[in-house]
Amino acid sequence: MIHIPILRQGKPYKSIDVNRAFHYRTGEQLAEISQANIGLIRRDLLKQGEMQAALQGFTTRELIALAKKAAKHFAEDELPLGDSMQSPDDIVKQITGTTGSPNVMVRRNMEKVRGVLDSMETVLSGLTRLPDLDMLDRGYGEIGGRALSFFPRGKSLGVILPSNSPGVHSLWAPAIAFKTPLILKPGGSEPWTPYRIAQAYIKAGVPPEAFGYYSTNHGGGGEILRQSGRGMLFGDVGAAKAWSGDPRIEIHGPGYSKVILADEGAKNWEKYIDLIADSIAQNSGRSCVNCSSVWTTANGKEIAEALAERFAKIAPRAEDDPEAAVAPFASPDIARRISAMIDQEMDGAVDLVEAKRGTPRVADKDGCTYVLPAVVHVDKSHALANREFLFPYASVVQVSPEELPDCLGPTLVCTAITSDRALQQRLLANNHIGRLNFGPISTMKISWDQPHEGNLFDHLYARRAFQSVLETVA
Amino acid sequence: MSTANAPELAARVQASKEALDAHVREIIEWHFNPETGCPFWLNWAENAGWDPRKEVHNYADLDKFGNFEDDWLRGGPVRRWVPKGYADKPVYVFETGGSTGVPKSRMQINDFRIDYEQFSTTLPDEAFPKGSDWLMLGPSGPRRLRLAVEHLAQHRGGIAFCVDLDPRWVIKLIKRGEIREAELYKQHCIDQALTILRANEVKCMFTTPKLLEALCEKIDLAKYGIKGVFCGGTEMTPQFHRFAVEELLGPDVYFAPTYGNTLMGLATHRAPAKEDNWAIIYYPPAPRALLEVVNPDNPLELVPYGATGRVRLTTLTKETFIPRFLERDECEREAPCDQYPWDGVRNVRPFSKFQKSVVEGVY
Repeated sequence: MIHIPILRQGKPYKSIDVNRAFHYRTGEQLAEISQANIGLIRRDLLKQGEMQAALQGFTTRELIALAKKAAKHFAEDELPLGDSMQSPDDIVKQITGTTGSPNVMVRRNMEKVRGVLDSMETVLSGLTRLPDLDMLDRGYGEIGGRALSFFPRGKSLGVILPSNSPGVHSLWAPAIAFKTPLILKPGGSEPWTPYRIAQAYIKAGVPPEAFGYYSTNHGGGGEILRQSGRGMLFGDVGAAKAWSGDPRIEIHGPGYSKVILADEGAKNWEKYIDLIADSIAQNSGRSCVNCSSVWTTANGKEIAEALAERFAKIAPRAEDDPEAAVAPFASPDIARRISAMIDQEMDGAVDLVEAKRGTPRVADKDGCTYVLPAVVHVDKSHALANREFLFPYASVVQVSPEELPDCLGPTLVCTAITSDRALQQRLLANNHIGRLNFGPISTMKISWDQPHEGNLFDHLYARRAFQSVLETVA
Repeated sequence: MSTANAPELAARVQASKEALDAHVREIIEWHFNPETGCPFWLNWAENAGWDPRKEVHNYADLDKFGNFEDDWLRGGPVRRWVPKGYADKPVYVFETGGSTGVPKSRMQINDFRIDYEQFSTTLPDEAFPKGSDWLMLGPSGPRRLRLAVEHLAQHRGGIAFCVDLDPRWVIKLIKRGEIREAELYKQHCIDQALTILRANEVKCMFTTPKLLEALCEKIDLAKYGIKGVFCGGTEMTPQFHRFAVEELLGPDVYFAPTYGNTLMGLATHRAPAKEDNWAIIYYPPAPRALLEVVNPDNPLELVPYGATGRVRLTTLTKETFIPRFLERDECEREAPCDQYPWDGVRNVRPFSKFQKSVVEGVY
């Protein structure tokens, strides 16, 4: 039986309390995961200074090089997993086993993690916008003759991770290159990726002391966020709300990402329909960067029908089928509850995909339960107009150009396909949009030289006023 | 764990059962005799239409009472619980719960002293030296624990230093989501403890798991001269047990986990053995109180040894009679052992069916 230990400054620790992870379909036990008690976490976090010191001896360039090596280890090598070893193929099967995500989606997400590690210099340049990353080592420098200085806001980054998509790990992985130790709480059914990232970094030469990995309960997660210098939380609306007042914590709740079509974009919608469908359905709609609503100034009904036509062809497939486009739910009960919630809120609307498919939204196949894609065409005040679910779901909402973007609400990623300059200006000025794409760019597409879902550098470092007189003080 | 051979242990178990049955008859006679019983139980018997003195002959017969309802202990007049036989004695009222609503009360004259004097015999003298002073870092106010620990210290020839700690306030803070305030309050308690430890030569202490963790974040108890820690008040997991012994206290400080409450008294832990893998195994102070592990769906049925069930408490003292009370805890049933020839409980934890509504880990 695979045992995933706690990592205490990189040292494996086997707890007496364990959680068990089971295969979503067969029910076979795949691993036991050591659970950290709250006191143990608190005690370890008293040593954040030591953890931070372990990274201070490296230059940023050295850490970038180690990240590049880690990318290779992560993607290609056998790495320690408790007392056993884990190959790249093993982890794909393990993630599929405990989350239900098909192999093809897991591989895509693994590639995303590899990509961020391999492109660390680009990522850091994108996040910092510094022409010279050595400035991070010196703590000060100049741009255009103006002095700049940065200091770390905390001694560590505590991260409460989700289970729904391993791609999110690309968001915190650069912390090591920013000389910030990691305190990780893995998601209950996805303990695999964060452990492997830590092992890849360690094999590459990053000091083990920089890594804490604590599978723990809700209280333990809260303690990680309270005690770590800085925090990052992936969670649902409730979890996000509980921490929304704490500026130390960067919150990744629901994304409510959107595609906007206006003027020529709305007129020529057929040209962009594949991109919109991909934004909605890639990764089985499980990411916060998946589009969950399409806002258009014309042809709303036609767009909704065209999306439904495409999505009606999506059917459950085997987990190792490269064409698999929708993931089953590890808990059939959750699948049914989500679908029932949508039905209850229809209020006269119709799931156009279900109508075209001719079969119910919830489907059982080979012992697995799926929620198949859904599209509704509704007005902006409808309860389903601006929602997000853990499967490929989208509303299509037709509005007047003047209503945009005020009608959108919080939006993690907004792809705006329009040549309306005034609308573009209003979008640029909108403070509810996290990432703005102008033109036909999938909401799922991440550019490594751009900050995404918050800027990790701004979260970990602050700028201070700085002056210096370069003379020796006698 | 037992060092006695099987027939010898069986004989001890049988002897303890016989002693328990005799004790039950004595307690029933006391509580249901109009000259000595308390108003509550005398009224109860009158309404029930049967006389326990005639129908209860042994421990098993207590099933006839059905399950004790803890709501009976809420509110006044509290003197309905004072046995007439003790009417002229000074009475204490101890409370449990009460962060919202009316607390449960237990009237006592000497029970807390008797319970803790019995418990004292289980403490190793080298870890809790006679004549040493104590720190009571636990709940104060109308709690039995505060006076009981002070009596324990005095009984062993020492003085108990106490802190102010109101667990009801902590529960309110937690329920309101004011975790930072709760943390500050905890630090306030720890600060009081540190002041005492720095100014006095204290060798023994009582505290709760969370306060032990918090205190050990500040100081090394062994360096402060602490020899033994008696710990209880909230749930302790096997992992916590190990963490406390290996990391919080180290090899020079003895750890005595206990399970208890105002209604029962104190269950003592069996000395840990390697094969127990840090499981915490408690034995109740029979015959004054018994803990059994019953089928949650049929509380009259004991589960087999090793199986999980709900904790059922029966308290049998002349001051307090509580038959068949279903605790809000679950655990595994533990077989009698050499030291305790009656049933024990293993790894007590909040009853899983109640977990969502119970605020645990208060102080």
